[in-house]
Amino acid sequence: MIARVTVRGRTGPHRHPASQLAYSVGGRVAVRAGTGPRKKARNLLALLGVVPLLLGASEPRLVPDVSNTQVDIAYSFTGADLLLFGAILYPGGRAPAPDTDVAVVIKGPAEPLLVREKAKVAGIWINHASERFRSVPSFYAVATSRPLDKLVSPRTAAIYELGIDNLLLSPANGASANEQARFEAGLVDLKRKSGLYTEHVGAVSVREGVLYRASVPIPARVPVGRYTAETYLIRNGHIVAAATREISIGKSGFERFMAQAAQSRPLLYGLAAILISLLMGLAAATAFGRARR
Amino acid sequence: MHLYLPIAGLSVNALVIVLLGGAVGILSGMFGVGGGFLTTPLLIFYGVPPAVAVASSATQITGTSVSGVLAHSRRQGVDFRMGMVLVTGGAVGSFAGGFLFRLLQKTGQIDTIINLLYVALLGWIGLAMARESVRAVLATREGKRPPPVTTKRHRKWIAALPFRWRFYGAGLYISPLAPLLLGFVTGLLTVLMGVGGGFILVPAMLYLFGVSARVVVGTSLFQGLFVTATTTLVHALTTHAVDLVLAGLLLIGSVIGAQIGSSMVQRVRPERARMMLAVIVLAVAIRMAIGLTWQPDAIYTVQAL
Repeated sequence: MIARVTVRGRTGPHRHPASQLAYSVGGRVAVRAGTGPRKKARNLLALLGVVPLLLGASEPRLVPDVSNTQVDIAYSFTGADLLLFGAILYPGGRAPAPDTDVAVVIKGPAEPLLVREKAKVAGIWINHASERFRSVPSFYAVATSRPLDKLVSPRTAAIYELGIDNLLLSPANGASANEQARFEAGLVDLKRKSGLYTEHVGAVSVREGVLYRASVPIPARVPVGRYTAETYLIRNGHIVAAATREISIGKSGFERFMAQAAQSRPLLYGLAAILISLLMGLAAATAFGRARR
Repeated sequence: MHLYLPIAGLSVNALVIVLLGGAVGILSGMFGVGGGFLTTPLLIFYGVPPAVAVASSATQITGTSVSGVLAHSRRQGVDFRMGMVLVTGGAVGSFAGGFLFRLLQKTGQIDTIINLLYVALLGWIGLAMARESVRAVLATREGKRPPPVTTKRHRKWIAALPFRWRFYGAGLYISPLAPLLLGFVTGLLTVLMGVGGGFILVPAMLYLFGVSARVVVGTSLFQGLFVTATTTLVHALTTHAVDLVLAGLLLIGSVIGAQIGSSMVQRVRPERARMMLAVIVLAVAIRMAIGLTWQPDAIYTVQAL
């Protein structure tokens, strides 16, 4: 596994132009899903944060890998554990720094959402207000070696979207900041409860400042699509290296066939559903009718 | 045994779903109610997305109804002519309902309106049925003959409608416009409330038309068969939310349950069966009413754009 990754395209401070730095890993330049202009701006912002740090001293670089870049959902899928691991390389044969921390962020494809809020009106609970969000990650998991607030400053955490509370959900209604915060809290709380937004403190172990490994559970109701796994190397409250890998989560075999059939051949699928239910009803009636005679 | 549902996007315990289907099937075979009122909320509680729960339970009810109709028709318990008239009205009604649904969805208040409709309608029907059936049960206990189900066998407004047809199974000679209108209202409410029309159809046939109690359950199931088959198709075409694995699991339990239920109801006195249905209807209404006034678990709900 390691061999496959170390062949080409690592993230390194002096070998690559800054624009490729954060996102080219494992031999392919990962084009992130949903690159709108706003998203690009955010990526640029993230990069600007990295550049000065990387241009400075010869900082270490990350060689990341994932246990499986392709998660297949089949009939018995009850969730999976993603193992993210890799090495920290120190240029010039420098001794590894023992106080190195690693944070791993796994993000699912972003989607626009409408969040509704209920309130009690005349004794009954009704939807009374709503807020649009333009890009809500369908899945978000962050694993860290120590509690996030001990690793980085709130500002850095906000820039890199480290931690559930630092996600940029882009509310689109233009409501007051107070109101937006209320809706964001409600949305995040829903996602947390359904196990789609998680934080795993202490789930990353760093061995002698050289090797790291993190295990992140993927729940059974995980949305399908292209995921990104971002790994950050953190020292003294600064992010000194970053690398991204892509993971694709998709249905396979029969499950994939069914999901595709429902989407692409809806009429046939619906008729098949009716036929199956008719036949099953008929079968039960025949069986019981015979048993009675 | 865990199985992954391809459309719902989560894995469920297959045995739980089969047993749920079985329980719903028994109720359906006994009382002629579709069982969507039970399946849909339980599936949502299990974590199945609401749209998938509604669409897949429609598919399940189709199969359950086939099983139930065949079981009842073995005992001449289906009035097919009345059934066809109800189906015709229901088809028109569900189109109207679909239009109304989209209109209400735009305002974001669809669930409140559905819940209010539910509570009002079920509460009213449940109370009326409970009153009538308790009286009947008490009368038989005292050794008297139970009073007839409907005191006014020929209601004025029904009798005033033109062209009369003879409905042999139902034992009626009335205008087909009356069941046509009933079918329309049932279809409209089925689409709006997402449950089969049994709750409305069974009491209406019994108390409004005075249909012979022998054919009420079978005829209601016959109508439900067509309505839910249409609902399945509409969902498959518009929301793509029919989960065949989920529906299949539910069906295994419910087609068998419907057979058991339809033979169980033969051994229960009709007024007792009506009382049991009244209790179920009232329980559902009370549950909904509580849901409206208590603080919900989730103040916030999410809709994909």
